[in-house]
Amino acid sequence: MARAPLLTFTDRGIFCPQGDFYIDPWRPVDRALITHGHSDHARYGHKAYLATHQALPVIRHRLGQINAGGIAYGEAREMNGVTVSFHPAGHVPGSAQIRVEYGGEVWVVSGDYKIEPDGLSEPFEPIACHTFISECTFGLPVFHWAPQAQIITDVATWWAANAAAGITSILGAYSFGKAQRLMAALPPLGPILTHGAVEATTAILRDQGYVLPETIRATAAITPKTHPGALIIAPPSALGSAWANRFGPTSEAFASGWMALRGIRRRRSLGTGFAISDHADWPGLNAAIRATGASRVFVTHGYTAPFRHWLEEQGYEAGIVATDYTGDDAATEPEAEA
Amino acid sequence: MKHFAALFAALDGTTKTTAKLVALTNYFQTAAEQDRVWTIAILSGRRPKRSVTATELRLWAAEVAGIPDWLFEESYTVVGDLAETIAHLLPMPQLGLPDQSLTEWITALMGLNGKPADTRKAAIVGAWQSLAPEERFIFNKLITGGFRMGVSQGLMTKALARATDMDEAAIAHRMMGDWQPASTRFADLIAPDIAGSSSRPYPFALASALDGGPETLGDPANWIAEWKWDGIRGQLVTRPGAFALWSRGEDLITDRFPEFAGLADFLPPGTVIDGEVLAWDVAADKPQPFAALQTRINRKTVPKKLLVDAPARMLAYDLLEDAGIDLRTAPLAVRRARLAELIDGIDPKLGLGLSPQITVEDWPCLAAIRATAQMHRAEGLMLKRASSPYHTGRKRGDWWKWKLDPMTIDAVMIYAQAGHGRRANLYTDFTFAVRDGNELVPFTKAYSGLTDAEFAQITAWVRKNTLERFGPVRRVPPELVFELAFEGIQASPRHKSGIALRFPRMLRWRHDKGPNEIDTLDTLRAVLAASVV
Repeated sequence: MARAPLLTFTDRGIFCPQGDFYIDPWRPVDRALITHGHSDHARYGHKAYLATHQALPVIRHRLGQINAGGIAYGEAREMNGVTVSFHPAGHVPGSAQIRVEYGGEVWVVSGDYKIEPDGLSEPFEPIACHTFISECTFGLPVFHWAPQAQIITDVATWWAANAAAGITSILGAYSFGKAQRLMAALPPLGPILTHGAVEATTAILRDQGYVLPETIRATAAITPKTHPGALIIAPPSALGSAWANRFGPTSEAFASGWMALRGIRRRRSLGTGFAISDHADWPGLNAAIRATGASRVFVTHGYTAPFRHWLEEQGYEAGIVATDYTGDDAATEPEAEA
Repeated sequence: MKHFAALFAALDGTTKTTAKLVALTNYFQTAAEQDRVWTIAILSGRRPKRSVTATELRLWAAEVAGIPDWLFEESYTVVGDLAETIAHLLPMPQLGLPDQSLTEWITALMGLNGKPADTRKAAIVGAWQSLAPEERFIFNKLITGGFRMGVSQGLMTKALARATDMDEAAIAHRMMGDWQPASTRFADLIAPDIAGSSSRPYPFALASALDGGPETLGDPANWIAEWKWDGIRGQLVTRPGAFALWSRGEDLITDRFPEFAGLADFLPPGTVIDGEVLAWDVAADKPQPFAALQTRINRKTVPKKLLVDAPARMLAYDLLEDAGIDLRTAPLAVRRARLAELIDGIDPKLGLGLSPQITVEDWPCLAAIRATAQMHRAEGLMLKRASSPYHTGRKRGDWWKWKLDPMTIDAVMIYAQAGHGRRANLYTDFTFAVRDGNELVPFTKAYSGLTDAEFAQITAWVRKNTLERFGPVRRVPPELVFELAFEGIQASPRHKSGIALRFPRMLRWRHDKGPNEIDTLDTLRAVLAASVV
């Protein structure tokens, strides 16, 4: 007799009937295992949350009073006979893939992930499994990232040139993850100012022990005169706003994987874009899937239809999981963590 | 190609016009002379003849990238630009090969013309393997064309004027016409004309749209009004040994309109006329609808029947050169008076007539005349300041187009397709339907008129509500209603709806209307019946 699948796909999210828990559900449930703190994965309204110790502070900051427990990377926990454990996904600080095992069968839910170590997030670890549920935000072969060191050099060059010309640099970056990754990797070329949304997350991560440079919240008292040659890191939505204009003259740039595409960059009327992403690129997705040894792969949020087709041609049993993880579409990309 | 690639990077890396001007000026001062000529050619849309088809590029690139063709197409849909898609997909090149100039690459591409597919493939694949990623994109663009570098003709002219220390209007004039970049030296390109030696046209003066009424324009006595015709803007040039008809897009269309050939012998040498080419309804002595002219536009040779069914006539409204003298700085009133004299002496059978001047008594009177535009087969009125010179390009203030308000209809979206370039990955091209009983009948496409924010919102909706995918096209439930505007309507047996619209675009998204409240095919037929005057 065929056994019921270990994980099922419901209108609330990925569900484990045997263990009676959900993973990154988008509607309120009793027990939610959360891969990481981005808002499309960690949502309001669940009765109980479980996430890595490293992910919890940001989740608590964003969701307020919640009933949440922490778990260490690699620590096994039993839930009605199902063993779950969290493993580094390399996406943002504290982010995890979730491994689920029952009766010798192993499934892994990737959450969002990135293969290249960024010097800040816990580096991605491939986890062997039978079935892998993978994101595929950038699941097309046109996406292949340059090494982080090279992109950081480009950002540093842009910042230095602006500073030399007396122009304030404003770098749009998602306020949790990308912003801190950039500030940690950039050389100390001048003061780093932050938008309030970025500063809050940065302070939390710094308190947790992540090594981050000094940042100054860009309050009304801060001007190009008080902080010449500064780099301001702000959420993408702040680009081109009145808030950004008061630091003028400015040069604005956006750090996102979507900046690899000229059309999207031009649509945002941005001259400068840095194609740096917290998601795996095409070679990364393929390498990660191979490394799991899985024979069955479900793909979710991203270019799911072509990516599934590709995996099938590579000999995998592949399916698509429809999820509500939003902010990853190129069209809605301004607010996306990418 | 490194020099040109650096220029491209500088232009692409900024949205500020001043920075672009500096980069271009600097390039025109420092680049190799023949590279400058090709850069001007590329920026003004004169790309070398295509020696490789888009289909070949796709197949070869997919093969080199080691991906199936279907995955190439999916990638292209997302990137929205063929040249860029290929540049992203190719494996890393061999590094350290010697740089070849822009001119050398273009010459190599032109040399592939007519060669067997194997030879062309080897050359293209070889080029891909030797070029850096940013150069590959440029190389591909040289083949595919459509090189948008965020540089207008005006900006290029300005940079060139600065780099050569010449007058902008003079440079703009030099850039006109059908000079061949392969055989033109930079020095000759910008050299002053030897008078009357060529069929080179002048840069067209352009009008701005008049929003609201003309009351803000001051004393009506200072203005000359004409019908705004719905034909092809053209410049007729007769000089010693040269006779040419140019379209506004700077295409030489002399041979497409043999009706005018006789004028070569009757217009004095050194005459340049600006006017509108129209298909003429001889019996009614007024223009035929634009659709009639459309049958002729792309025909290099004209069959006899077309010459009878849609004979061309040019209505002249300006005189730019008279007896070899550039008249463009003279006031319009003077130019027009001289034009009238000139045309008075020409046999009307030669196809040239004067576009009538409409007397402007006062503004309300003129508004009443404008309301009859459709009867005259005109789109509205032109208002030109009597004292105005013939400007180079669009200079706001002296020339206005005062078109009739567009016709509108409410329709529902039934298909959506993603756009290209800066609209890549955004659903912007829609097919619309009206009601016919219980059926929805598609009748037009439109892709402009909404804001980026609205397109983003619709894109999210399309993704969530796709019923079926046909390649890049998605069928969606008929729920979103739009008010469409159009300039003209005509019967068209080729379309299921039986009608075709001219310049359809979205006027607004009618959030307040449901699909049950859209217009019907009968409404469209009634508009069609009413517009046939």
